[in-house]
Amino acid sequence: MSEFVSGLIRFRRGAWEMLASILIAIGVIMLMQPLALWAYTYSFIVTLTGTVMFIVVSHFPE
Amino acid sequence: MSDTPIDRVAKATPPSVASKIRGLSDRTIAWLFVAPTIFLLLAVNIFPLIWTINLSFTNFKANRPNREVDYIGLRNYERILTDGDIWLSMQATAHFLFWTIFLQVLIGFTLAWLINRKFKGNDLWTTLIVLPMMLSPAVVGNFWTFLYQPQIGLFNYGVSFFTGIDPSSFQMIGDVALAPWSIVIVDTWMWTPFVMLICLAGLRSIPDYIYEAAEIDRASKWRQFWTITVPMVLPFLMLAVLFRGIENFKMFDLVVQLTGGGPGSVTELTSINLKREAFEKWRTGYASAYAIILFVTVFGLASIYVKALNKVKER
Repeated sequence: MSEFVSGLIRFRRGAWEMLASILIAIGVIMLMQPLALWAYTYSFIVTLTGTVMFIVVSHFPE
Repeated sequence: MSDTPIDRVAKATPPSVASKIRGLSDRTIAWLFVAPTIFLLLAVNIFPLIWTINLSFTNFKANRPNREVDYIGLRNYERILTDGDIWLSMQATAHFLFWTIFLQVLIGFTLAWLINRKFKGNDLWTTLIVLPMMLSPAVVGNFWTFLYQPQIGLFNYGVSFFTGIDPSSFQMIGDVALAPWSIVIVDTWMWTPFVMLICLAGLRSIPDYIYEAAEIDRASKWRQFWTITVPMVLPFLMLAVLFRGIENFKMFDLVVQLTGGGPGSVTELTSINLKREAFEKWRTGYASAYAIILFVTVFGLASIYVKALNKVKER
């Protein structure tokens, strides 16, 4: 966990890609879940943030 | 000594052209070769994408091209993301995606594992198993509607034979509860062979000496399966899941032929819903925003997946 946090602080690719992947996964689950309409409403912004973040952070150093 | 093909081309090149080429650097010549492909990519992929993003902020209707187009900001996105019908279609797609991939991986891997064992006639069995994926989805959709007929359909008789239920007592396509499963069954029937072929390639790429070494170490068959077979086939399996996931996310033809999105809209997957918005209701701007939402979702998932695939390959 501390390795993950230090990776985020030092702008390392692995940690930030992990964070972006979690955001995308949450966004997709929110988009397709049958429980809450508000989650569906905010799903796109979460997925978009994750996807854009993924593209940007994949250029960070290892 | 006879001329090589390169010498012959050099001799046949007119002097004026040859002098021009001689003046170009290797980098420029490389760019000249790559340029047609880049141009084609820009024209076929990038330009339509940018144009769709632009349309998604307007109220453009393709059936009224002369009407004045207004920029309405994020209103299309707002409407889509608060629309209960589209939400239901997302849920129908999620059900279809999850169950088709789960069943195809499970059955496909099992079939590959069985076919990989040396037995008489396994080539014939492989050919027979891969037959469904060679058929057109439209044809498959059409003949499965006959198989699902409650009165004359073989599917209902098959279920009746094994369970004792009256064949005309249930309708796979007409029943709200069964219709989503009817499309899952057909897609699984059609595309399991594809997953099987990919798994078979993975299984055949495992060298025998690894199993021999495990035998010497007295590893049980069960342990060999979990510590050799599964990890070495995993990258292939993940590729199969990626291909099937993306294909099924945009599934259209088979479901349209089979159920047409019905009964009601229980099998109306996002691609069918999108087509209705774009080419039946002619709400082009709205449909563009819808397409962008689906695109971002697939793109995000594919990014995660490619990353996971690279990690598995590195191991």
